[in-house]
Amino acid sequence: MEKFTTHTGLVVPLDAANVDTDQIIPKQFLQKTERIGFGQHLFHDWRYLDVSGKESNPEFILNKPQYQGASILLTRENFGCGSSREHAPWALEEYGFKVIISPSFADIFYGNCINIGLLPIILTANEIDTLFVKSANENIEITVDLANNKISCAEMSFDFSLDIFHQYCLEQGIDSVGWTLKKLDTIKAFEEKMPAWQ
Amino acid sequence: MSINSLDKKSEKNSATTLYEKLWQQHIVEDKAGETPLLYVDRHLIHEVTSPQAFANLKFHNRPVRHPERTIATMDHNISTRSIKIDAAGEGAANQLRTLEKNCKEFGIELFGMGHKNQGIVHVIGPELGLTLPGTIIVCGDSHTATHGAFGALAFGIGTSEVEHVFATQTLRQTKAKTMRIEVNGTVGSGISAKDIILAIIGKTGSAGATGYVVEYCGSAIEALTMEERMTVCNMSIEFGAKAGLIAPDKTTFDYLAGKEYSPKGDVWRQAIADWKQFKTDDGAEFDTTLVLKAEDIKMQITWGTTPGQVTSVDGVVPSPDDFTDQVEKDSCSAALTYMGLTAGTKMTDISINKVFIGSCTNSRIEDLRAAAGVVAKYQAQGRSVSSKVDAIVVPGSYRVKKQAEAEGLDKIFSAAGFEWRLPGCSMCLGMNDDVLEAGDRCASTSNRNFEGRQGRGSRTHLVSPELAAASAITGHFVDLNS
Repeated sequence: MEKFTTHTGLVVPLDAANVDTDQIIPKQFLQKTERIGFGQHLFHDWRYLDVSGKESNPEFILNKPQYQGASILLTRENFGCGSSREHAPWALEEYGFKVIISPSFADIFYGNCINIGLLPIILTANEIDTLFVKSANENIEITVDLANNKISCAEMSFDFSLDIFHQYCLEQGIDSVGWTLKKLDTIKAFEEKMPAWQ
Repeated sequence: MSINSLDKKSEKNSATTLYEKLWQQHIVEDKAGETPLLYVDRHLIHEVTSPQAFANLKFHNRPVRHPERTIATMDHNISTRSIKIDAAGEGAANQLRTLEKNCKEFGIELFGMGHKNQGIVHVIGPELGLTLPGTIIVCGDSHTATHGAFGALAFGIGTSEVEHVFATQTLRQTKAKTMRIEVNGTVGSGISAKDIILAIIGKTGSAGATGYVVEYCGSAIEALTMEERMTVCNMSIEFGAKAGLIAPDKTTFDYLAGKEYSPKGDVWRQAIADWKQFKTDDGAEFDTTLVLKAEDIKMQITWGTTPGQVTSVDGVVPSPDDFTDQVEKDSCSAALTYMGLTAGTKMTDISINKVFIGSCTNSRIEDLRAAAGVVAKYQAQGRSVSSKVDAIVVPGSYRVKKQAEAEGLDKIFSAAGFEWRLPGCSMCLGMNDDVLEAGDRCASTSNRNFEGRQGRGSRTHLVSPELAAASAITGHFVDLNS
């Protein structure tokens, strides 16, 4: 996993609540056995007018010319609900997103983002409203400073919090499996004490 | 004493919740500055969310630490018309063959096509006795919460976590808040477990339990059979809960006794003694509590595009004006547009053209019996599936299918015009060819009514097996109690 330190990027405001992972990456694209090839299908049914994904939907926010190259997704509550498919954060990452800002995330999606180094930032509903209002009038850029848990946008800045270990893993680009494998002796000791039915 | 949680409890001398006991029983390491490391007792896998995890293991040259704690099945992608691997298309076949190869290479038991134990992962775990109280069970699928019906801490995980469990048999988890949902009293005639859970989600909204582990309790929950409890816990994720739990009791132990993978002999006797401790102590505190009266629960139908957008069968399609919160107003408005519904329409006036009876929520033998019972009543009046409706019944596993056929349920369905299919996830998510066309309106016993879930532009109404069966025959929703 790549280390995350700071990131500055263009914001695309997706004004929708309860965006589920079926919307982020529909099921017909889950048949791959590799980890790549999902970005082109991100938000497929919203992004394309046709089933085969050739005809772009000009009304969908990600397709508007002013948001090309955006790397920060601003969205509403309960983002990433539904299916546990990690293909959803893979698709967002492959499309070019580094950061998702929302008032709340579904639990499994949030964990999946942390595990692949896509930074999910929770702000208050008021702060989110402020950013939506600002982004409606102009293109905005946000700078995320992970070490200081701060995002800034022009004259505004907001603090966010992150679990201390999540922060460490993101900053260091930790291979979490390798990290836990260093604790095999502790795991073995635990296994020896387990009851027979467990 | 073999239960870690009891040691902790006596030290603290305070009442604890079932969730806390499960947590304490599984802490491998809880170190300052690190997310706690929990032991995983059972890992269930399927073809869709495992290939990239296996590929990463191979890349790092790491083994599966406990292949005997891992069980694989084929369910998401498979055809419900043929047991041939190639029957569901090239992409599916590739994923299924990849699972076969990986299971062989890493020594994992696989219930592949044609195997007597094959079926939907959350149906076969319990019916084989792989799902046990007091354990942690994970699977790369959000409906893993189903297994919480046994008093197991069970939750869905992503593919990176699947890899972590493969390599270490552990997972890092932050502790959730606790929610107690109490359903007291006795449900009315014809009210199913599906109606109970949809009514709960209607009260909490689709994200009402995000960050929580929910424990269901109260006399109406205790009265449920194991299969009904599974239906309730299955949909915990649909209001955001990390997991749903029901304390194990005699119903649980009786269900598990003698199952293929259940403990036997002395281990079984010790297990029962230990499992009885896995319940919330009197006086234990929850972060939040919700209380429902079972008598108030009516037959439920979703009208929108999240499971929380639900009403009772005698209700009407709501209007955005019925909501005060702006986000809910906007969501209602968008859902009505997508669903092609007009506010104020009686739910019983909504016509449907597709019916799906199946999924990890409602494909067990009791579900099929309940649906067949409704069908048989209509048949006695000379009625069968409406000429405007295509209806399929997809049993949850080969064992369920065999049992249903032994009871003649397949004949009741077929004679009435339902298609009797082979087990799999099928139209719940439509990864195979069981998909709806744009504009199709489906009465579905599955768990998600998201936009496009059953096919692009399709419209899903979540209902109980009884209501799905009746709707297939009448061609519209019906109030079976009126």
